[in-house]
Amino acid sequence: MSKEPVAVVGIGQTKHVAARRDVSIAGLVREAARRALEDAELTWADIDAVVIGKAPDFFEGVMMPELYLADALGAVGKPMLRVHTAGSVGGSTALVAAQLVAARVHGTVLTLAFEKQSESNAMWGLSLPIPFQQPLLAGAGGFFAPHVRAYMRRSGAPDTVGSLVAYKDRRNALKNPYAHLHEHDITLEKVQASPMLWDPIRYSETCPSSDGACAMILTDRAGAARAPRPPAWMLGGAMRSEPTLFAGKDAVSPRAGQDCAADVYRQAGVTDPRRDIDAVELYVPFSWYEPMWLENLGFADEGEGWKLTEAGVTELDGDLPVNMSGGVLSTNPIGASGMIRFAEAALQVRGQAGEHQVERAGKVLGHAYGGGSQFFSMWLVGARPPQS
Amino acid sequence: MTRDIAVVAFAQTDVLRTTDELSEVEMLMPVLHSVLDRTGLKTADIGFTCSGSSDYLAGRAFSFTLALDGVGAWPPIAESHVEMDGAWALYEAWTKLLTGDADTALVYSYGKSSGGSLRDVLTRQLDPYYVAPLWPDSVALAALQAQALIDAGDTDESALAAIGARSRRVATLNSHAQLRGSVPQGDYVVRPLRTGDCPPVGDGAAAVILAAGERARELCSRPAWIRGIDHRIEAHTLGVRDLTDSPSTRLAAERAGAFERPVDTAELHAPFSAQEVVLRKALRLDDSVRVNLSGGALAANPMMAAGLVRVGEAAARIHRGESDRALAHATSGPCLQQNLVAVLEGEPR
Repeated sequence: MSKEPVAVVGIGQTKHVAARRDVSIAGLVREAARRALEDAELTWADIDAVVIGKAPDFFEGVMMPELYLADALGAVGKPMLRVHTAGSVGGSTALVAAQLVAARVHGTVLTLAFEKQSESNAMWGLSLPIPFQQPLLAGAGGFFAPHVRAYMRRSGAPDTVGSLVAYKDRRNALKNPYAHLHEHDITLEKVQASPMLWDPIRYSETCPSSDGACAMILTDRAGAARAPRPPAWMLGGAMRSEPTLFAGKDAVSPRAGQDCAADVYRQAGVTDPRRDIDAVELYVPFSWYEPMWLENLGFADEGEGWKLTEAGVTELDGDLPVNMSGGVLSTNPIGASGMIRFAEAALQVRGQAGEHQVERAGKVLGHAYGGGSQFFSMWLVGARPPQS
Repeated sequence: MTRDIAVVAFAQTDVLRTTDELSEVEMLMPVLHSVLDRTGLKTADIGFTCSGSSDYLAGRAFSFTLALDGVGAWPPIAESHVEMDGAWALYEAWTKLLTGDADTALVYSYGKSSGGSLRDVLTRQLDPYYVAPLWPDSVALAALQAQALIDAGDTDESALAAIGARSRRVATLNSHAQLRGSVPQGDYVVRPLRTGDCPPVGDGAAAVILAAGERARELCSRPAWIRGIDHRIEAHTLGVRDLTDSPSTRLAAERAGAFERPVDTAELHAPFSAQEVVLRKALRLDDSVRVNLSGGALAANPMMAAGLVRVGEAAARIHRGESDRALAHATSGPCLQQNLVAVLEGEPR
């Protein structure tokens, strides 16, 4: 069975900020969608279907908002799907859209993910009532901090690594006009001096709460041939899920993440990710997840990921740049964050990343995860179409 | 299409007014076991899993992540979730199988409407700035649609009453239905809709297994082949839609191939009696077609599962040899805003 090759021919983002009080939810998503259409030089009439994703509906207080957003996204008379896979949803949404093209069900699909966190309070949206969750987790940082601690103990990483990641990502964000945090006076000392929130995670090592949307136009071979700018080709994509909590779960390096990456590499013919992949957009909401995911995805051996970070390998001008856009640490409209990783990977291979463009970006990985490190979605995109 | 895909197994819970004693996982587990047992498959044999549900019904964020535990998801599985009725999860799984990345898929969905006041909860689906603050509830919106139909001369109150009565009469043969037998049409809830024109509020879950090609034949003696499936959405604002018609249903049916040859059976997701009138017209169903032999959504309407149940009921009739070509329909949103149509066929006997 041969699948239709999938190309990214349009990408649009909003300028991510703490609160977009000037637009409604519909206005926000339409802005990103229009930018993606303009990039692809297509109109609403060229779109066959819309696939939309976001994190929990409680974040904006609108139940199944795709119903209300159908008009704003030009979906009237078209198929519209709504994906929700927790924090990985931005990535999963793109993969579901890509699947419609790969299956030859549709030729050109608009996919979009958003979060308008200022409409509500994400902290409350995430505070599950007893008895569904123990009451002392104190937000996502409280959940993930012990896993970071476990990583530090297992790997012997010095406690300076987290601040290096944050310092790098915040500097990268200065080169990305769409990034939320633009801290022009950032220094490593400032990161290290920021308040400790959930030991070992400091304030400056955490992601912000953002309003924002990201959209992509995905199309088939014929659509790619008509594209005005170089397309990014999907070389592999996969999702994997495992339970949140169970005896034997490795919260530092979940098997679902390893399996997901292995599936993507198999599809793309990648045998040595460290050698074959040129740059990575990783889902890093807390700085220490950079070295953790580098190991989980096979870019470094177990216990060695922090050495790549410490040696500057993951810097914008390093040998394996990570989060050229500034990453989730600089921009986090939760439901869109995964799609931003996927879109930024595509921007890089298209050579359209502007000031944060890296050289030799032939193959770039986009990565997202969600829940208690239990849902993973990834895609690998390349400047050249898949072989076969 | 290059690959034939079929529904090979279906299971559903009894739909109950309340299930206080059950968590969602506890409600789902028997259905998941039952559907797997019908094929002899184990979770580890399944190529792709996709589910549908709504956090707003559960009253908490990420509710599906807990329900996923009911699948027994270890080792890690290829899995996805739509915040929609399970019929759309089935659509996603169908496209996954079309790509050839998987040969089998488990699809499930569930909803516990008993956790809150459903009429109030569903108002949160509406435009959050201009409409939702007025709290127009789901019955009131359906009543607008019913009145529009009556005004257009498409139906009258006694015809609507007959739809409700027929649905609950045939539901006596469906042990999973919530309302069965002689149910009084009752008083007006919102004019012109009476109790009997409205669906019962209930909790329930459903699961389906899909398989491709030869795998389907191995797993089921008479697979229900999906000949076509499509879904379409309309404008959200009621003021810009003709509530007496359902162009999205008609278009989805056309794309699914429903009009190429007559169907013998149709399972329509029409939670309100007047919506059956709209759907019959859009789908060009005449009296030769057996409609909603399960009793339909007027006999049991488990939110987020009722659409998947329609596909499952249609498929099960083909499995049992009671239908050769069946249409299944699912809806979402106020007044039939979004509609899915699937056409299922059994091989000639």
